[in-house]
Amino acid sequence: MTSNKSAIELVGMNKWYGDFHVLKDINLNVAEGERIVICGPSGSGKSTMIRCINRLEEHQTGKIIVNGIELTEDLKRIDKVRKEVGMCFQHFNLFPHLTVLENCTLGLIWVRKLPKKEAEDVAMHFLERVKIPEQAEKFPGQLSGGQQQRVAIARSLCMSPKIMLFDEPTSALDPEMIKEVLDVMVELADEGMTMLCVTHEMGFAKKVADRVIFMDVGQIVEENNPHDFFDHPQNDRTKLFLSQIIGH
Amino acid sequence: MSDFKALPDLPAPTSSTGLAGWFRSNLFSTPINSVVSVISIYFIVSFLIPVLDWAFVSAVWTGEGNAACEQASGACWIFIEDRISIFSYGIYPADQTWRLDIAFALLAVSFGPQFFDKFPFKMPLAIFSLTAFPLISFYLISGGAFGLEYVPTERWGGLSLTLILAFVGIVAALPIGVVVALGRRSEMPVIRSVCIGFIELWRGIPLISVLFMSSVMLPLFLPEGMNFDKLLRALIGITMFQSAYMAEVIRGGLQAIPRGQYEAASAMGLGYWGQMRLVVLPQALKLVIPGIVNTFIALFKDTTLVLIIGLLDVLALVQSAIEDPAWGAVETEGYVFAAFCFWVFCFSMSRYSQKLERKLHTGHKR
Ligand SMILES: Nc1ncnc2c1ncn2[C@@H]1O[C@H](COP(=O)(O)OP(=O)(O)OP(=O)(O)O)[C@@H](O)[C@H]1O
Ligand SMILES: [Mg+2]
Repeated sequence: MTSNKSAIELVGMNKWYGDFHVLKDINLNVAEGERIVICGPSGSGKSTMIRCINRLEEHQTGKIIVNGIELTEDLKRIDKVRKEVGMCFQHFNLFPHLTVLENCTLGLIWVRKLPKKEAEDVAMHFLERVKIPEQAEKFPGQLSGGQQQRVAIARSLCMSPKIMLFDEPTSALDPEMIKEVLDVMVELADEGMTMLCVTHEMGFAKKVADRVIFMDVGQIVEENNPHDFFDHPQNDRTKLFLSQIIGH
Repeated sequence: MSDFKALPDLPAPTSSTGLAGWFRSNLFSTPINSVVSVISIYFIVSFLIPVLDWAFVSAVWTGEGNAACEQASGACWIFIEDRISIFSYGIYPADQTWRLDIAFALLAVSFGPQFFDKFPFKMPLAIFSLTAFPLISFYLISGGAFGLEYVPTERWGGLSLTLILAFVGIVAALPIGVVVALGRRSEMPVIRSVCIGFIELWRGIPLISVLFMSSVMLPLFLPEGMNFDKLLRALIGITMFQSAYMAEVIRGGLQAIPRGQYEAASAMGLGYWGQMRLVVLPQALKLVIPGIVNTFIALFKDTTLVLIIGLLDVLALVQSAIEDPAWGAVETEGYVFAAFCFWVFCFSMSRYSQKLERKLHTGHKR
């Protein structure tokens, strides 16, 4: 399913928060259609790295190229990149003052400039795909966590992104809701979406990932296909980390 | 095990329902409660009876002139009836007051429906009352165009002046407040400093000196012959003053919006203004409705201060009317009337804000 064309290229990327060197010389090449799972201990810079890809955070040195567009200060390029990239957050970040449907149509109407009727059709299509069309008129505050996260996924998909970023989409959810969100993500992966997921759901990683990346202290420590990654980890840090999460 | 038998529904014991039940559980549940209740009721009643007697029972409602009131022990409402037109219109030409009537009728028609849930055309009406309405009523009230007689602002006064001051102040202070609040949170240092300066300047001086400066000092600095309207200057003063307060109220709301909301909006490709208009401001303004309305109410009552620069609002006119030797002691009636006028408008604003809060409530925040 993966092609050779690269969707995301990080070349020698570095980022600091003030004096704190969060990301150190990150090199990563993600091919179109590739599914990547990123894991690592808390504070290792996983969120920061994927947030740099749609410029929610600014990197200082090195290159980030998304679908051939290099991210710079230029606002037009940032806009273009954000059109290519959808993102789901740990805490969903739905807009509480808008209904589920309005959450989904907001970007279509104001960014893509679709007429309202068409936008609603598109939104309903994706709400059906995440299996909650019947909640369209409710407000986010009236939904369960799992339903909210599925709305958030539908909201991103509405903008027809070529790449999806997920930042721990299930870690704020109760166990019985995790599955319903992962199911949607697996389906998305099966359809060939380029995906970068920060997650500790190892079952998900084994099932869909083409590559698993392990980060620690702001560096990519190890990357491998899921089979080798889990069964034959090379690095001591990776082994320690895996023993800890399996130990749970 | 015996068979399950559904128990019949019994009426609730009378001690917990009905008037007697309510009294027992709310006022006389314990001995101390009973004592406190009895004492409070005694004070309320002994205060209310004379007030009601003065305002309604012994009050004079009909008759002519001061003579009709001389015997009465209650309020002399015919004084208010006699002066109602000057209290409402000031010294606006008497044959032209229909123009004020039309303007305020328009205001009532375009704002009134906002109080009702199921009324069609609420949105267009609201837009009308904030855009076309001010223009129409400006020409209607000041004239000098469309064949209407010109009425200089010196002749505007009374309750209508109070409403004009409050309406313009409210309609202008909200958007200016929003812009200043956004500016204060801007990442651009120049814009941020300008906005902080604006807020600290206007918040730091009392409104009364703002008004004094606008009417007494400003003309000294303006070039000879250049003179702009006193009412306009007062309006600008009031608006700037209240915008500073409004900006701080709104900033409080902006700060309560979590960063995730901005991030989700950016990730979806909305620019700064899109984020503010569609995501951040609707939530922030909703959060601070009580504060906004509080500022509106303060503004409404602060308009009375214009009397120190010689503009005659309803309170100023009441004050001069009660000194009229043709009437006896009518101070109380005058001030009660003035207080009532302000209370009606402030109370309506307060009710409207409560309604709005309920309507905009969209479930629990997570
Ligand atoms: N805005 C910020 N300012 C300063 N330091 C920050 C900021 N955001 C994150 N950091 C620091 O950067 C480091 C990496 O943070 P990041 O959120 O990327 O970690 P993470 O790998 O996603 O961790 P977690 O699994 O807990 O989400 C952490 O040490 C964090 O304290
Ligand atoms: Mg994180």
